[in-house]
Amino acid sequence: MHAVTLHVNGSTHRVVIDPVASLLRVLRDELGLTGTKEGCGTGYCGACTVLVEELPVNSCLYFAVDADHKRVTTIEGLSQDGSLSHVQQAFVDNGGLQCGYCTPGMILTTQALLDDDPDPSSEHIRASLSGNLCRCTGYQSIVKSVHAAAKAKNESEAPKKAVRGRTRVRSRA
Amino acid sequence: MAERDLRTVSTATNPDIDAAGFTVDSAVSSIAIAAPATPAGKPEGFSVVGKSTPKVNAFAAVTGAAIFADDVVLPRMLHGKLLRSTKPHARLIKVDCSRALELPGVVAVATGADIPVRYGILPSSPDETVLAYDTVRYVGDPIAAVVADDELTAEEALDLIDVTYEPLPSIMTIDAALRDDLPQIHANPRRTNNVHKEVHLEFGDMGAGFADADRIFEDEYFFEGNTHAPMEEHSVVAAFGADSKLTIWASTQTPHYLHRIAAQVLEMPASRIRVIAPPVGGGFGGKTEPFAHELAAAYLSCKTGRPVKITLTRQEVFYAHRGRHPVKMRIKTGVKRDGTITACHLQTWLDGGAYGSYGVATTYYTGALSTVTYKIPAYKFDGCRVFTNKPPCGPKRGHGTTQPRFAFECHLDAIADALGIDAAEYRKRIAVDPHSTTVNGLRITSCGLRECIDAAAMRTDYAAKRARKQKGKGIGIAASTYLCGAGLPIYWNEMPHSGAIVKVDRGGGVTVYCGTSECGQGSEHMLAAIVAETLGIDVMDVRVCSGDTDLTPVDLGSYSSRVTFMAGNAARQAAARVRSQIADVAAAKLGIAVDRVGFALRRVFDVDKPENAINFLEAAQATEAKLGTIAGVGSYAPPPGIAGDFKGSGVGPSPAYSYSACVAEVDVDLETGAVTVEKITLAHDVGRAINPDSVEGQIEGGVYMGLGEALMEEQIFRAGEHKIPNLLDYKTPTILDMPPVESIIIETDDAEGPFGAKEAGQGPLNPVIPAIANAVADAIGARVYSTPVTPEKVLKALDAASGGVLRLRKPAPPATPREPVAP
Repeated sequence: MHAVTLHVNGSTHRVVIDPVASLLRVLRDELGLTGTKEGCGTGYCGACTVLVEELPVNSCLYFAVDADHKRVTTIEGLSQDGSLSHVQQAFVDNGGLQCGYCTPGMILTTQALLDDDPDPSSEHIRASLSGNLCRCTGYQSIVKSVHAAAKAKNESEAPKKAVRGRTRVRSRA
Repeated sequence: MAERDLRTVSTATNPDIDAAGFTVDSAVSSIAIAAPATPAGKPEGFSVVGKSTPKVNAFAAVTGAAIFADDVVLPRMLHGKLLRSTKPHARLIKVDCSRALELPGVVAVATGADIPVRYGILPSSPDETVLAYDTVRYVGDPIAAVVADDELTAEEALDLIDVTYEPLPSIMTIDAALRDDLPQIHANPRRTNNVHKEVHLEFGDMGAGFADADRIFEDEYFFEGNTHAPMEEHSVVAAFGADSKLTIWASTQTPHYLHRIAAQVLEMPASRIRVIAPPVGGGFGGKTEPFAHELAAAYLSCKTGRPVKITLTRQEVFYAHRGRHPVKMRIKTGVKRDGTITACHLQTWLDGGAYGSYGVATTYYTGALSTVTYKIPAYKFDGCRVFTNKPPCGPKRGHGTTQPRFAFECHLDAIADALGIDAAEYRKRIAVDPHSTTVNGLRITSCGLRECIDAAAMRTDYAAKRARKQKGKGIGIAASTYLCGAGLPIYWNEMPHSGAIVKVDRGGGVTVYCGTSECGQGSEHMLAAIVAETLGIDVMDVRVCSGDTDLTPVDLGSYSSRVTFMAGNAARQAAARVRSQIADVAAAKLGIAVDRVGFALRRVFDVDKPENAINFLEAAQATEAKLGTIAGVGSYAPPPGIAGDFKGSGVGPSPAYSYSACVAEVDVDLETGAVTVEKITLAHDVGRAINPDSVEGQIEGGVYMGLGEALMEEQIFRAGEHKIPNLLDYKTPTILDMPPVESIIIETDDAEGPFGAKEAGQGPLNPVIPAIANAVADAIGARVYSTPVTPEKVLKALDAASGGVLRLRKPAPPATPREPVAP
């Protein structure tokens, strides 16, 4: 057994775990964060996606010991003070989910995408979400939700985002 | 048929989406058809119905708060695992669990002899036991169940169970199953082969029909099996209490059927069992019957007195299956020169896998709905389901109607081509009429089939594109129909199919109790919307309590697209009874006659003088003060007279049918055979859209699943083992594979549907597969006669059409372009 320190959703947890335990199992079984779902256990479907240091990972394949002293964000960590995040709200408003099982992974992958590219093209959205399977929606409403989330996020953070947006364009040019 | 008033109610595009983007063509049109024959209500009169609002259960889903079955954790809970057969067909000589029981942490083990009661979801084929009794019939057939303190220990214990098999010859194909010289998978002294069910039905005068025909067409098709692959792996938690009561949380679409079968298998009174269906992470028909892991967990919880959880692995989900049957189909159709069908003979052979499942119903369904789409005056159907040593097949979205729909719609295109009639025009010409009865006695009420075909064809400029005959570019159309709930329950009884209770709290909150299972299709929102509309409150004012056999009245389950029509009607009746109680009291308070009391915007008011009003809370409290606790019950059973009177008439009837038409536009790479679907346009007659966003979601989801079945999905086996039991190799369309989908909602306002509504969950899938196949045929001038339409089959079809030039061996294109070949 191995002791690790995980910074999950802003709280620090010290847990003693099997060194081969996946981050998925530790989040669900040790910390009770059941919002993270297993869809295949082999890294093919993306349902278990969480953010480690703001980057999306398949938590079913990610050893929990590798997250030692790192920041982990799960679906439970997105809403602030009881109100939904822009991405969560956009998925609600645009029918971006049906059964909701792939949704935590979709939303966290979207969160990482928008942190990297505040105004992604449809192509970028599709490329970014291509590792997240959904059997219900046909994906169209998910792309729509991501666009809506980007718009809402940019509007609410207008001054800051405008600067970031320009910086990004310049750096690419 | 008289020209009907087609008017566009709304055409919405999302202006926020970039022009080059994925959803640029995702305009959604909603077309309402004024239908004088069915005056169920005027659309402008609704305050909730017809409005797209976020689904009431979406908030829990996006925050991770939704509790699925695998999220249920109880004190002292044990974890279970199933040992599954490694042989496709074998006698079980010995199952020795003694070494497993010695492993520290293992608490109990069960084998077939412990739970020997035979059962089946259909009372007519009780051919399963929870764990294999003396024979294993497919790789993956459960043999033993172990429970331990943790999952890893349970898994380790599986390796310590010693199984001695005596292998038997395995039967892997329909042809092998029809042979007389192979062992029977299920002993049946009345047969010498492995036929499970045969159906022979004939309606009208077949002899005269074929004699009257100017042309007779005959084709053979094959539909490959595929599986649901819901994102959620099946899971169950069972807890047997000190009070001798058992509670089962299961990812099931049919809590009522699990309740019944658990009582039967565990030999316990049903009154001591409670089944709870938490939100289901995708079903598509794959969670509509009791599974071995559910019943084994229940048994082992009873045995140990501790809660037991079993969650399947993804590989086990592929073996649990109960998905789309592989079906071979032969169709013979006689037509007049103008295309009028004079007679049709359909033969189907279903590869059922190792157990009965819903297979008897599936067999009937492969023949039941042919006549509900097109006018067929004489119809003969021969169906045959066989057992094979593969995971059992069952219902998948479209249950048994999807395969013949593929065959029939391809067949119709061939007929239309041969007769020189446009394929869309042809379908309109032979479409069934509203308010008619089919030759096999099925009652059709509202029907927007012609409107669906028109709308899909108009939106895509179908006629011009079909006429262009550009090699590699194709457009195809197909139409379809589906049930709004099976007309009969799976076990004979005269009780309602759906019940609902609506209760009003003295704080003004309203709760609807109904046994439905929410699997993403939107049943909770539908119930809330119907109750909110009836009581004039907001949809978010309604709390939905569903899928709990202790708390909610029975609903038969989320299958056969029955929930909106049946549970919706039950909830509407329950809410109307509450409304009537409140209206009586409010009328006295407002000083008006009761027929002048209106309910809207959380107010109860005088419809002639709306300012004379009290709020809903005040009205509810006054009612409770005067009449006592406020609650209403409702129930729904289909009306009599919707079916014919013959053996087998129980499968096919429905209180209403939805209709769809799909246009697919494809690009086929003539060198590689790869098919790219460029756009799908689908018009669906939903009766009335209670929540248009939800209906579009069902259409888009149906298109997605149909696209997967058309191009890539296949449940295939090698030496008895699933070739690809994982989500990488079992190819499903990813977000990169999805073309733009345009949904067109057609409203025909069904007279018996709740607020005119019909179904949207399954119908839209059916026409997608043949529309793509027809578009590919248009693009390459040759036809692929089986699903999925893979690059290999496309190249073979091109090769055959070009007279057998082995194009795969010829790097250069042929000197002369190949011409389309007439069928």
